[in-house]
Amino acid sequence: MRLTPDEIIFWQHEPFKLNATIAFTWALMLVMVVGSKLITRRLSAGLHRSRWQNFLEIIVVGIEKQIAEVGLSRPRQYLGFLGTLFLFVAFASLCTVIPGYEPPTGSLSTTAALALCVMVAVPFFGIAEQGLAAYFRSYVEPTFIMLPFNIISEISRTLALAVRLFGNMMSGAMIIAILLTITPFIFPIVMSALGLLTGMVQAYIFSILAAVYIAAATRTREPKAERAASP
Amino acid sequence: MLIDWFTVGAQVVNFLVLVWLLKRFLYKPILDALDSREKRIAQELAAADASKVEARSERDAFQAKNVEFDQQRAALLNQATVEAEAVRHRLLEEARQAATTLNAKRQEALRNEARNLNQVIRHRTQQEVLAIARKALADLAGTTLEAQLGEVFRRRLRELDGEAKERLGQAIRTATSPSVVRSAFDLPPDQRAAIQAALNDTFAAEIPLRFEADRDVIGGIEFAANGQKVAWSIADYADSLEERVAELLQEKGRPEEG
Repeated sequence: MRLTPDEIIFWQHEPFKLNATIAFTWALMLVMVVGSKLITRRLSAGLHRSRWQNFLEIIVVGIEKQIAEVGLSRPRQYLGFLGTLFLFVAFASLCTVIPGYEPPTGSLSTTAALALCVMVAVPFFGIAEQGLAAYFRSYVEPTFIMLPFNIISEISRTLALAVRLFGNMMSGAMIIAILLTITPFIFPIVMSALGLLTGMVQAYIFSILAAVYIAAATRTREPKAERAASP
Repeated sequence: MLIDWFTVGAQVVNFLVLVWLLKRFLYKPILDALDSREKRIAQELAAADASKVEARSERDAFQAKNVEFDQQRAALLNQATVEAEAVRHRLLEEARQAATTLNAKRQEALRNEARNLNQVIRHRTQQEVLAIARKALADLAGTTLEAQLGEVFRRRLRELDGEAKERLGQAIRTATSPSVVRSAFDLPPDQRAAIQAALNDTFAAEIPLRFEADRDVIGGIEFAANGQKVAWSIADYADSLEERVAELLQEKGRPEEG
């Protein structure tokens, strides 16, 4: 039984290989970038604008609002990273309606790559926001004993991010495959619809968790600053 | 092994490239468009607010001007009305005064005319009556008018009734100066003697007399003693005639006044 699209390899030349995960990722990237480029080619700053422009504005503004609600004070700074996370995972799930398509997020390699990106992005944004020393000091607060626990927490949550998304996406594809062999009518459709829903929820969860981690990393010092400000 | 590390690395690179591409082609243009639209809307709203404020201030100014204009108009109208009323009153008063003056003048002229006419008529009547009486007496009795006048006077003297006679007698007795007999002409001596005799006879005393000629006593004889008087004159008749004529003139004049 095939658990991951990594196993479908189109071309290989050690150490390089082109498997289905990478190929579908490229396809998704191509569609997203070309679609964006086509729509944003003729943007209107006036009151009359195209439906596609409205659609993209709704998505972008919605993501921006979600980031702001998590507690990040400058959402546009994180929009590129968090927005792309959400759009990539959501679009990858959405395309499961296309026959023959294998979601790249159903590969643990992809989810691990995304989780690694989050793991790197959290200290990156934290240091950018509050400085190197202040960020690393947050690992030993309130006491030095917390340092190993904080490090374990960093690693475990990255792992959890990767495995959660992979498990959900893989299981969705797996259930449909199993159901197709048992009851080829109706049920696969229902499960496919359910899979779309879970995919959207997973995209939301993944990006929101990343936003929460980044918010936690960038806001560590703020309560102290507030305490100092109010005697 | 579920994780292929080459694929992980490739996906990291893919993801980072996707982030860069979407930033370049999606987020930036969309956010720029949003910002410029918001800015434009804000500008339009600000312009609308400004024009609204301007319109409101202009409206206020117009209203203030309207009120001022109304007040001025009302004041002017009021002033004009008052002036017109004053002028009307003045003109009416002047006309009334002119009419009154004219009326008074006309009435005065009428009265003067009537008075003059009266005098003329009285004078002429007296003269005529006197002339007629004189001529009639002369023609009929062959005696002079004076003699006849003296005769009438003496008869009236004798015909005095008790009370008048008593009062006259009292006056004669208490008089310090001689009693006066006035006539329009100088009485001849025989007339004087006859009057003296008649008076003496009437009051049974010697009465001192003084005879005077007075043109005012027209065609008659007047006896006066200490304020009491006995007189007979054509002037009495003339007076009554004058009254009648005056009444007649008034009756004639009244319709003209109305």
